[in-house]
Amino acid sequence: MTYFAILITFVLIENFILTKFLGLCPFIGVSKKMDSAIGMGFAVIFVMSMASIVTWVVWNFFLVRLHLEFLKTITFILVIAALVQLVEMIIQKISPPLYKALGIYLPLITTNCAVLGIALIAVVDGKIAVVDKKFDVFQSFFAGFSAGVGFLLAIILMSSLREQFETEWIPKPFRGIPIAFITAGLMALAFMAFDQGLLLKLLGGR
Amino acid sequence: MIKEFTKGIFKENPLFIIVLGLCPSLAVSTEVINALGMGAGVIFVLLGSNICVSLLKNFIPEKVRIPSYVVIIASFVTIVEMVMEAYAPDLYKNLGIFVSLIVVNCIILGRAEAYASKNKLVHSILDALGMGIGFTLGLLLIAVIREIFGAGTITLFPVKAIGFNGKITLGWLNNYPAKVFAFASGALLVMGYLKAFFTWLEYRFKTLKQIEEKPGKNKEKIKEREEQGI
Repeated sequence: MTYFAILITFVLIENFILTKFLGLCPFIGVSKKMDSAIGMGFAVIFVMSMASIVTWVVWNFFLVRLHLEFLKTITFILVIAALVQLVEMIIQKISPPLYKALGIYLPLITTNCAVLGIALIAVVDGKIAVVDKKFDVFQSFFAGFSAGVGFLLAIILMSSLREQFETEWIPKPFRGIPIAFITAGLMALAFMAFDQGLLLKLLGGR
Repeated sequence: MIKEFTKGIFKENPLFIIVLGLCPSLAVSTEVINALGMGAGVIFVLLGSNICVSLLKNFIPEKVRIPSYVVIIASFVTIVEMVMEAYAPDLYKNLGIFVSLIVVNCIILGRAEAYASKNKLVHSILDALGMGIGFTLGLLLIAVIREIFGAGTITLFPVKAIGFNGKITLGWLNNYPAKVFAFASGALLVMGYLKAFFTWLEYRFKTLKQIEEKPGKNKEKIKEREEQGI
């Protein structure tokens, strides 16, 4: 049940892009074409799941034990940068087709706010409203995975809309980025339908 | 010299013209005070990182420059975090994880890579100040619009000497706020319309200038403008 709650929370209720503005830059930048949006989405899922495991280990085994919590920002960003680099190298060795598909997006992900965001939300805070305990390592992995899925969902919706815009007439000042923001705003409005009440109902009146 | 400073505020405004550093900024634009706090943090980090990168540019090897910049930026962000937690705990609580997320604010790494690593110290300082102030003004604009329409208030810091509690309440709007501005979608919508407005301004001034310079040759442009209703 906890896993279900995490999934619903991070995919729909607290969708990283549409409610927390994390990962807006790639969301606006890479959502022009469906193919590249899907590539970026999967790359983000992959890196976020990995990053939440690694940062969980670093936070709980090193920073908390050594009372160095204030170093979290600098440690996490370095760990994530190293991780992205490593993932890139491993994929390149093991599976060239996958590297071809995801390769160009991986370096961009280091400065994706969503990855550092999941490290801070799922590891340091490590809580969602309906689950009382702090996440263990599997739950924070799953939180990272779900947040990635939420990103994929949002970027696929966005890119399919933006492909439509190419055939529609749009006033010149609105072309490109402004209309993308307005679309995202309207999508965020629609996503407000998912809230804690919905989750509590799904979980069966807790 | 002065151009280095002013370009960040108007011509290359990081938020509205080059559209960088959105992720950690839109989320904090619900209250004016948060925008001011965020702006101050970004100016400090930008200044620090630009100074350091500009001084160290000859010592950092080409291949590891990005990780080195990230470490420099992260150190300054840690300083901001600790200072804010100690002296402005309320603000720190409001901004939450977004203080740490200044690290991945693309403007800061962008300026280090594109400007400070190629220019002299004084120019880099001016560039950092200009970009930082431009960013803060942009953020402030979004925050003012969102707070006035979304809550009918303007939240500033309290000043005890004149008995000001830090909140200006606008009567009618406070009673009937347009709540959508306060939600996440409000930030995206406001950003979209503002960006469109600035694009329109830029476009209008540019084509006007061209038409004035060569009135005969730009008939097509005038026609285009009329068709689009600009």
